[in-house]
Amino acid sequence: MLNLDFGFLTAEVLSAYVLKGFLFSVQLTFVAMLGGIVLGTLLALMRLSGHAWLMMPAAAYVNTMRSIPLVMVILWFFLLIPLLTGRPLGAEMSALITFTLFEAAYYSEIMRAGIQSIPRGQIAAGYALGMTYAQTMRLVVLPQAFRNMLPVLLTQTIILFQDTSLVYAIGAYDLLKGFELVGKNFNRPVETYLVAALIYFVISFSLSTLVKRLQARISIIR
Amino acid sequence: MNWDWQVFCKNTLDGEIMPRCFGSGGEITYLDWLLSAWGWTLSVSLLALLVALLFGSLMGILRTTPHRGLVFLGTAWTELFRNIPLLVQIFLWYHVLPALVPPLRGVPSFLLVVMGLGLFTSARISEQVRAGIQSLPRGQRMAGLALGFTLPQTYRYVLLPVAFRIIIPPLTSESMNIIKNSSVAFAVSISELTMFALQAQEETARGIEIYLAVTALYFISAFALNRLLHAIEVRVQIPGVIGGSR
Repeated sequence: MLNLDFGFLTAEVLSAYVLKGFLFSVQLTFVAMLGGIVLGTLLALMRLSGHAWLMMPAAAYVNTMRSIPLVMVILWFFLLIPLLTGRPLGAEMSALITFTLFEAAYYSEIMRAGIQSIPRGQIAAGYALGMTYAQTMRLVVLPQAFRNMLPVLLTQTIILFQDTSLVYAIGAYDLLKGFELVGKNFNRPVETYLVAALIYFVISFSLSTLVKRLQARISIIR
Repeated sequence: MNWDWQVFCKNTLDGEIMPRCFGSGGEITYLDWLLSAWGWTLSVSLLALLVALLFGSLMGILRTTPHRGLVFLGTAWTELFRNIPLLVQIFLWYHVLPALVPPLRGVPSFLLVVMGLGLFTSARISEQVRAGIQSLPRGQRMAGLALGFTLPQTYRYVLLPVAFRIIIPPLTSESMNIIKNSSVAFAVSISELTMFALQAQEETARGIEIYLAVTALYFISAFALNRLLHAIEVRVQIPGVIGGSR
């Protein structure tokens, strides 16, 4: 049996190696969530627009993204973005772009379900009040859809937070990478991976507990 | 841009184009490598699916039993494996468990990845199995018990046959997810499709052709599994039930 020793994980070590990675993981989660929800909502509106020239590209985009493993999407963008823009891009920047575009596909499916759950009468009421399509969507439909789908959107965000660890494929400096470096430098990979797993668990578990509470509250109000 | 699909006919050792595109006598081409990587991806995925179905069903069933301790066990299992990223779980199986449990040291990393991916997915399958069983009317369970079935018999003959049929659609998408998630195995040097993509791209500098082929194989695998499960769904459908996909 191996002797576990966590003594080397001092505050200095953590702030020197792990903090930077943690902040990037959080940044990546937030950027991809906000960008993904905005883009995803646009994609959802395109798919529900009734115009074939808007519906088809949006559907193709969402279905393609959803049928490719995220690791491959990360590799694809890391390869393609420099080819398209003509200059090299850091792994971190590439990850931010990739996750935003990738998550948009998943958020768009959630928003589509949310918009479809709003009764048709709401749209008719918006038009009857003299609102334009854009106003009806912005002031009547989307606020309700967003509210109904809030728990699902947040659950997807927790999955997104866990998936940020996959930037390992292109070597971006995230939470996991921070722990990995500590493990290498102190030659203690067993302890560092255990602590990394614990930290991911605590964050994801407490967030999903919060989401469950939120869900209970929302379902009472409705 | 210029395509160069001949990259797949190149010998992996010296980069010479082999005449028949397949290597011979111990020399392999990138095409050979690609196909063997596909085989690894499929083996990891299918074995992990088996593990996931086994543990996922067991834990899902436990969560619907009247015994508090068993419900807790099933719930704890699900939360544990659901709230740690797959990549971290794979590292735990590969770097941590063999260090803590010496007998595991001889186990090939392929099997460790299968367990990691399988147990990760078992948490999701346990949710679906639980939801499937709980979606049945309560009277079903009571009727089974009233007929003198024991609890295991009630599950075996009354609840599970219907519950499993109900959850085939979510199980289908979870099976497709397993194929996608198996890509994470590259991180512990399993020679599967993503690993092939990374290494072959580096060696040949024909990233786009390599990635396209790999992506297509992922797509084909997931699609084939989807059709297979759909065929099973249609075949085992209970006549007269709404929502059938015939």
